[in-house]
Amino acid sequence: MQFTLNGRKADVQSDASTPLLWVLRDELNLTGTKFGCGVMACGACTVHVDGQAQRSCLLPVSAVAGKSITTIEGLSADRSHALQKAWIKHQVPQCGYCQSGFLMAASALLASKPKPSDDDIDAALTNICRCGTYDAMRAAIHDAAGAQA
Amino acid sequence: MSTDTAFTTDDTTKEPRRIGRRLFLISAALVGGGVAVGAGYVTLKHNKNKNFVLPSPDNGGASFGAWLTIDGQGLVTAYCPHQEMGQGIMSLAASLVAEELDANPAQMRMAQAPVTPAYANALMVLDGLPFKDDDHGMVATATRGAMRHVVEAIGINGTGGSTGTRNIVDGVQRAAASARSMLLEAACRKLNVPVGELTVAMGVIQHAASNRTLNFGDVATDAGKLAPREATLKPRSAYRMLGSTGMQRLDVPSKVDGSAQFGSDIRLPGQLYAAIKHAPVFGGSVQAVTFADKTPQIKATVQGTNFIAVVGTSWYAAKQYLDLAKVTWNDGPLAALSSADIFARYAQALADNKGDVFETRGERAKPVAGGKDVTADYRVPFLAHATMEPMNCTVFLRDQNGVPACDVWVGNQSPIVMKWMLADVAGVESDKLTIHTPMLGGGFGRRIELDVMNEAIEIAKAVRGTPVQTLWSREEDMQHDVYRPAAMARFSAQLGANGLPTRMLAHLAGPSVSTQFMKRTMNLGGGMPDRTSVDGVVSLPYALPNLEVKQTLVDTGIPVGFWRSVGHSQNAFFVECFIDECAAAAGQDPMAYRLALLRANTGNAHAQRCIKVLEAAAAKSGWGQPLAQVPGAKVGRGIALAESFRSIVAEVAEVVVGPGDAIRVRRVVAAVDCGFAIDPVNVVAQLRSGVHFGLTAALYGRIDIDKGRVKQSNFTDYRMVKLADAPRVDVVIVNSDAALGGIGEVGTPPIAPAVANAIRAATGRAVRELPLTA
Repeated sequence: MQFTLNGRKADVQSDASTPLLWVLRDELNLTGTKFGCGVMACGACTVHVDGQAQRSCLLPVSAVAGKSITTIEGLSADRSHALQKAWIKHQVPQCGYCQSGFLMAASALLASKPKPSDDDIDAALTNICRCGTYDAMRAAIHDAAGAQA
Repeated sequence: MSTDTAFTTDDTTKEPRRIGRRLFLISAALVGGGVAVGAGYVTLKHNKNKNFVLPSPDNGGASFGAWLTIDGQGLVTAYCPHQEMGQGIMSLAASLVAEELDANPAQMRMAQAPVTPAYANALMVLDGLPFKDDDHGMVATATRGAMRHVVEAIGINGTGGSTGTRNIVDGVQRAAASARSMLLEAACRKLNVPVGELTVAMGVIQHAASNRTLNFGDVATDAGKLAPREATLKPRSAYRMLGSTGMQRLDVPSKVDGSAQFGSDIRLPGQLYAAIKHAPVFGGSVQAVTFADKTPQIKATVQGTNFIAVVGTSWYAAKQYLDLAKVTWNDGPLAALSSADIFARYAQALADNKGDVFETRGERAKPVAGGKDVTADYRVPFLAHATMEPMNCTVFLRDQNGVPACDVWVGNQSPIVMKWMLADVAGVESDKLTIHTPMLGGGFGRRIELDVMNEAIEIAKAVRGTPVQTLWSREEDMQHDVYRPAAMARFSAQLGANGLPTRMLAHLAGPSVSTQFMKRTMNLGGGMPDRTSVDGVVSLPYALPNLEVKQTLVDTGIPVGFWRSVGHSQNAFFVECFIDECAAAAGQDPMAYRLALLRANTGNAHAQRCIKVLEAAAAKSGWGQPLAQVPGAKVGRGIALAESFRSIVAEVAEVVVGPGDAIRVRRVVAAVDCGFAIDPVNVVAQLRSGVHFGLTAALYGRIDIDKGRVKQSNFTDYRMVKLADAPRVDVVIVNSDAALGGIGEVGTPPIAPAVANAIRAATGRAVRELPLTA
């Protein structure tokens, strides 16, 4: 199965029905994308598929053949994405396990809505955070939205 | 007496493990009912522990005792014996070091301390002793002192009870102050100037008069050769960094780019993956299993006592294959157990009106003529931990030059207990068992348990010589947890002429977390009163002249464990809802009522601190001012006060009820007195974290038992608060001169009663049961 992954060609051997999440984590050893529930209820597995936020735990790798996938590892080379800077400035992560998924969902949101309202954020970010980083996260998103050109 | 628990490891059919004296002492210490055993049991280990020295860095520099190293490049690594699960403890250790050293935050690193008895955590044990916090009588003092010696000799340590900061602060600051003095002495020898002419700032030692500077890396090796010394710690007034906003946690950057490594991210050469399925009924076991024909990806199948597992080249392949297995389970004696049965047993215990009395004040039985009676029964359900990262454990069991060796990578909350308990399981000598602790994707008390590791080691035996990562599905994680106990409580009070209670009785019913934990972790018996069952009901700061608090132990076999804030998580709900019902019966404002109860407790230092915290929460939340109304709904404010883990927290919740049954928590204000907020940004974060954790439970959390098994299975039926329904949470820090208190758990106890009390204020309907939504 071939697809573009973080700007490079990927060629994977996993069965076509294997969810993209497990291809990323267990075949490609890209462990930034996380497993939280396996039923698309928590968002920890969020990646971009052709720029759209997509939960990957039930997405068969065959469905992304020929497409462009971005994972947290590809969000920037050096934590330079506006959201990553804002996340650090506002000290958003606590345990950190959900944060890759939130950053991928938030970056897709900002790409389509550069200045999202609180309602836009609520609608787009339905991921779960068990550490309750929601207040800091909301502030960071608004901050990054303000910082983006 | 507790009944036998049905939650067992698969060791129950084997010979009892060799239990040394050390484990007997641990049992006595942890269950909290024991009095210290004679000093004869405590031997040489005590002195050895005090002199532990970290290995020196590989690239020059030196180590400075047990808490920090400085390498040839001037990188300062702070070693922390507590595990990082989001509370920021490892970074806090680095901040403490940086302040005392006058280091540049950019040169700081954090690392897990080696697993050795040198890093004992006495507080975890002492906090559990059955003495009131303000009891400084002879017995309490002697017991605490003796127990501290015992604990430090054994070296027991763990991450829990919000004890991390309090546990390390003294040792870390002293070590860093000593290191600073050693660096300066080395510098003054190198520069040939008196030490008084040197200044230190941001990792640079400066001799202004001659315009020369040295970096820490320039003098670390020489400094390491000098003798450690007692050096004066910085007074708080001199802090450049601690206590101010703007501190940045060292673990945050790796958590925004996917590079932070959690247990489930471990990837070793040739690593295999295991999927696991446990007997669905608690206490059940495998009777028979038939696996399908193996595919090339499947390397082994494992039949444990109460689980089956499949090992393959990928987790997904192993899981798919596991799901094809045909298993017959022996359900065991709990197969008919339901939540209704459990609550019926609790209700019977309350009706029987017996139990262990944990606190009395005055004359509990004395009725007061003409007083108004207030009585209420409360109940709360079992709750799951639901850490964001499901349970997992990676084990590499093999023979090295003919000698068995085992490495374990797992998010845990006590590496040293793991080392003691798992060497025999793995069949290795203790010094051949190496524990590696990565970042934890949430802990909340779940990862102090050893079940995950025990099973992962059994699975590793099937593929000896190859590393294998056992990963649980979310369903397994949710249905084979150790739960926050379900519990019931009956409160009654008589109110005097001024409306305040003249007499209060509190009777709690539920299982004992500590007893179960000791039995399943160390196979040690219990039956002693468990102080954690009454945490949050005893030692209340309110003036309650005649009081009795008792608890009846009712264990139904459902496994229960430490869940963020433990006994406080249910008891604060009971107490603070009841105080509100008393206030309502007296026709008084709940805030004023609490202030009156605290003021009446004259001479109690805690009560004074509580007053300040309540007033801070009231001021910030606008208590008493009109609430913004919502058409078609009722809006109310509720207050709750709870002291837990040596910190005092008051929370005000603003809740919109309706239309219909809808409940929306619009805003929460939390005021906290943790003595001194070392990292105020992180204190705010931890309080918000505790609030959201408790709020999710209060609104939605319930684990129901049906036919001996858990009904809920995933986030689809175990609902979580998300951004859209998360209230804004404002945190007010009230610094006091009190000793440091914990912050990791303390935001959780007050939120359920604050919300319940807001609902009562809005609707007139008292809340007696959780969760708040169906």
